[in-house]
Amino acid sequence: MSDKTTPIAETDVVIVGAGPVGLFAVFELGLLDLKCHLIDILDRPGGQCAELYPEKPIYDIPAWPEISGQGLTDRLMEQIAPFDPVFHFNRMVAGVEKQNDGSFIVTTDENEKIQAKVVVIAAGGGSFQPKRPPVPGIEEYEDTSVFYSVRRTEEFKGHDLLIVGGGDSALDWTLNLLPLANSVTLLHRRDSFRAAPDSVNKMKALVEKGELSLQLGQVTGLNGSGGQVESATIKTSEGEMVDVKCTRILPFFGLTMKLGPIADWGLNLNENLISVDTEKFATNEPGIYAIGDINTYPGKLKLILSGFHEAALMAHAAKKHIDPDERIVFQYTTSSTKLQKKLGV
Amino acid sequence: MPKITFVAHDGTNFEVEAENGSTVMENAIKNAVPGIEAECGGACACATCHVYVDDAWTDKTGGPEAMEEDMLDFAYDVQPTSRLSCQIKVTDELDGLVVKVPERQA
Repeated sequence: MSDKTTPIAETDVVIVGAGPVGLFAVFELGLLDLKCHLIDILDRPGGQCAELYPEKPIYDIPAWPEISGQGLTDRLMEQIAPFDPVFHFNRMVAGVEKQNDGSFIVTTDENEKIQAKVVVIAAGGGSFQPKRPPVPGIEEYEDTSVFYSVRRTEEFKGHDLLIVGGGDSALDWTLNLLPLANSVTLLHRRDSFRAAPDSVNKMKALVEKGELSLQLGQVTGLNGSGGQVESATIKTSEGEMVDVKCTRILPFFGLTMKLGPIADWGLNLNENLISVDTEKFATNEPGIYAIGDINTYPGKLKLILSGFHEAALMAHAAKKHIDPDERIVFQYTTSSTKLQKKLGV
Repeated sequence: MPKITFVAHDGTNFEVEAENGSTVMENAIKNAVPGIEAECGGACACATCHVYVDDAWTDKTGGPEAMEEDMLDFAYDVQPTSRLSCQIKVTDELDGLVVKVPERQA
C-alpha cells in the first residue's frame, strides 16, 4: 500500500469499538496519560448495550444491582469525559498498517487515516452489518440487484423496487426512493409497522393514492439470471404464492455481527476470536491488543466486568510498550492527587 | 420437571426435561437441539431461536407480545404459531409442550 494521504489525526491509541469495554479502556489509558480515538460502525457509543438492549437491565455490573444497557453507556461516557476521547462513528476499520517506527496507520472504510502508537481491538462480537434475509439463492443477486443499504440513490433510479421490512429503514427508503424509481412495492409480513408513525401514515396515504404498492407477505424465492433479478416469489399473508416484478431489492432485516476485516490483519485467531495472553492482553502483533468479547484465552468469560479488568491490565502494558523506559507508579484514584487532577476532581 | 419435545426440521424428536422458570430456548441450547441458534443470548434482540408451537399448545403458550412480534419480522417463514423460544417460560402448565424447529433461522 503506497497511499500517501496525510493522517487526519495522530493519537496515542486507536480503539476499535466503542462498546462498554472500549469506553472503559479510555479511562484506564487516560489515567496513564494516553489519548484515545475510537472507531465504531454504529452512530453512537455503547455497542451491543446500545444497539441490542438499551432498555434491558444488566444485573452483573459490580455495585450496580440493576442498570440498563443505555444507562451503563451513559455512565461510562460521563466517567471518560475528562479524557476527551475522539469518536469516529459510522466507520469501520478497513485496514491497519505497521510503520517502520512501530506505530500504526489505521484506515477507515471512508479512507480516513489515523496514526497511533497502539491499537486496541475492543470489537465485541464484531461489527454490526445488515442481516441477509434467509431467502434461498439470494447471494447470487447481492450487489447487482439486491442491496442491504443505500449508498447512492442513483443505483435505484428508474428501477422497479421491492423494499422489504417494516422498520424505519424500510419506510424511510420507500418514501425517499419513490420519486426516483419506476415503481415501488413495499413488502412486510404483517399490517403493523415498527417504523415512526409519521412515516407509516405517509406511506399509507401514498398507497391509497395508488402511487405505492403495499404487499403483505414474505419473500420465499428470487427469479432471474446472471445476477439480475426479474421477480420475487412472495407467500402472501393469505398463504397464496405470487410473483412481484422487480429489478432491485432492498431487504431490511436488522443487523447481525460479523468479525469483518479484522480477520485479515494477520492476528492469531481461534474460532473468530483473537488469542491474547492474560498478562497484557496482547495479540501476536506487538502494539495490538484485544480486550472484551472479541478475545479468547484459557478461562475466558464473556462478561462486561471481565472486559473492564482486561482494559486495566492492557492499559499498563500499552503504556510500557509506548514508553519502555518510563517507570509507572501504581496509584489509586482514591488517594492520588495526580490522578485526581487528571480526572478534574 | 416439565418435558418439552423439540421436533427438528428433519423430523428427529428431542425430548428434554426443563426446569420451571427457564426459557424454552435455554433448554434447546443446553441439550444442543439443532436449528436453534439464539445469537443474542435471550434478549429478544434477534430472531434466531424461532420455533413453531404445536397447534395443540398455542392456547397454553399464548401469542407473542409486541416486542417479540416486531422481532419475528426478521425470522424466516413466519407462521401464525411462530414464537421466539427465548420468550416462552417453562411452567408446569407446559408439561408435554411440543415445538417444531423451522427449516432455517434468520
